[in-house]
Amino acid sequence: MTTLVLVEHDNAALKSATLHVVPAAQKIGGDIHLLVAGQNCRAVAEEAAKIPGIAKVLLADDAAYANRLAENLAKLIVSLAPNYSHVLAPTTATGKNVMPRAAALLDVQQISDISAVESADTFTRTIYAGNALATVQSTDKIKVVTVRPTAFEAVAATGGSAAIENAAATGDTGLASFVGQELSKSERPELTSARIVVSGGRGMQSGDNFHMLDKVADKLGAAVGASRAAVDAGFVPNDYQVGQTGKIVAPDLYIAVGISGAIQHLAGMKDSKVIVAINKDEDAPIFQVADYGLVADLFQAVPELEQALSK
Amino acid sequence: MKVLVAVKRVVDYNVKVRVKADGTGVETANVKMSMNPFDEIGVEEAVRLKEGGKATEVIAVSLGPTQCQETIRTALAMGADRGIHVHTDVELQPLAVAKLLKAVVDKEQPQLCILGKQAIDDDANQTGQMLSALLGWAQATFASKLAINGDGTANVTREVDGGLETIQVKLPLVMTTDLRLNEPRYASLPNIMKAKKKPIEQVTPEALSVDPAPRLKTLKVVEPPKRKSGVKVKSVAELVDKLRNEAKVI
Repeated sequence: MTTLVLVEHDNAALKSATLHVVPAAQKIGGDIHLLVAGQNCRAVAEEAAKIPGIAKVLLADDAAYANRLAENLAKLIVSLAPNYSHVLAPTTATGKNVMPRAAALLDVQQISDISAVESADTFTRTIYAGNALATVQSTDKIKVVTVRPTAFEAVAATGGSAAIENAAATGDTGLASFVGQELSKSERPELTSARIVVSGGRGMQSGDNFHMLDKVADKLGAAVGASRAAVDAGFVPNDYQVGQTGKIVAPDLYIAVGISGAIQHLAGMKDSKVIVAINKDEDAPIFQVADYGLVADLFQAVPELEQALSK
Repeated sequence: MKVLVAVKRVVDYNVKVRVKADGTGVETANVKMSMNPFDEIGVEEAVRLKEGGKATEVIAVSLGPTQCQETIRTALAMGADRGIHVHTDVELQPLAVAKLLKAVVDKEQPQLCILGKQAIDDDANQTGQMLSALLGWAQATFASKLAINGDGTANVTREVDGGLETIQVKLPLVMTTDLRLNEPRYASLPNIMKAKKKPIEQVTPEALSVDPAPRLKTLKVVEPPKRKSGVKVKSVAELVDKLRNEAKVI
């Protein structure tokens, strides 16, 4: 039994999501190989080789994988998959895009976004926006699985010294090409791996008002997130969205400001260790999941909070 | 250009689902059902393509029990031209849906298939990618903008983890919708009446030569652990004190 894990990276550095998938692979058992597919990404493979407990790192360095287009990457995974019992990836934009394509080509029913490994063929995952937990057993020969990073404690990033082997590239399908990207620039930690998250909702009333949250976040070393309502209203970009169909976060501290707490939003943050809600509506559903609730006008409470944190 | 949209009948997004006492699933009897919200966005995009002169015909496909015809009628009322209902009472998982849709696509030969990026019941986020794979087409998932170019390609802006990404893809294409692609219309009463006269063809998995049997066995479905209820604080000062000295998270 050997598991292949698709490494999350941007050609320059390994993303922490991968460190949360390795423990899922360890729970499955057997050897673990990591696949680094990209262009000019040897540094990522070297980083991957340092993760303890990895038997081998496969490096597929080719222009076809530069931007992780699903068509090319799925083809590569399919070429390697027959050597493996399991193929895992984190539930990230790349994992969600590529893995089902590979699974279909392998005639496998993927298991999406697992939050627990019960055994080598049985996994637990949330359904209905986190309102139910399903335990499912795969009958397929190869298990194709995406893993919810926040559900597994990260392994150490260093201490190992796995061998790096080259994997044969499988060519460019020519079906798609990368045109460009507009990535949000931020000095703050990444939303999905931040220890503290400060999120704003419709109650923020405008994008400008989000600067109040930025200031609090800077005091706490936190990431800034948002509810769907705030993104739909154009206050902040799409990559801020926390929820069922956005990002799933589980920080030590989640501060929800002006967020009513629709079940779709709760699905993305209710596994946070400590939840704080600041809302002027005392009946807002967010208070039902909050450890500490403050019924207050956020336009007074948030600047006050920023000042209190300075003390 | 023909456009095919897949529409799934799901528990309405406003319903608080309840897990069945016997642990076999969630309660769906006597629960309000609706079209998956991401599929509504798909229908809207297809209808706009037709209104903009880019598409000639919009076909709405749904798979499952008889009641799926209601979901198809909703798509027809929004402006789709005709429906196809793949009738089965078997539990359908994404791979089976993708295989059934592929069989429909082989017959209908659309240039574009639009699916929701995920269904809000099983939250799988797989079917569009799988359909694209089985067809050997390009895929553009999590789309927030679609531009059909004149030269047999399309530019699609995708919502990704760090922001937005634009790719150019060859047609035929499978696209999956994200929330910001458009705002779906409400069907008007005259259009709801008109939709009743639009044709819905019924087929079966057997007629499409697809075995829809599930590959995943659901062993149990349980409620997630409940959070223990918290406390209300009276002031920001009290909040900061609790976070520092009780929860010790800052």
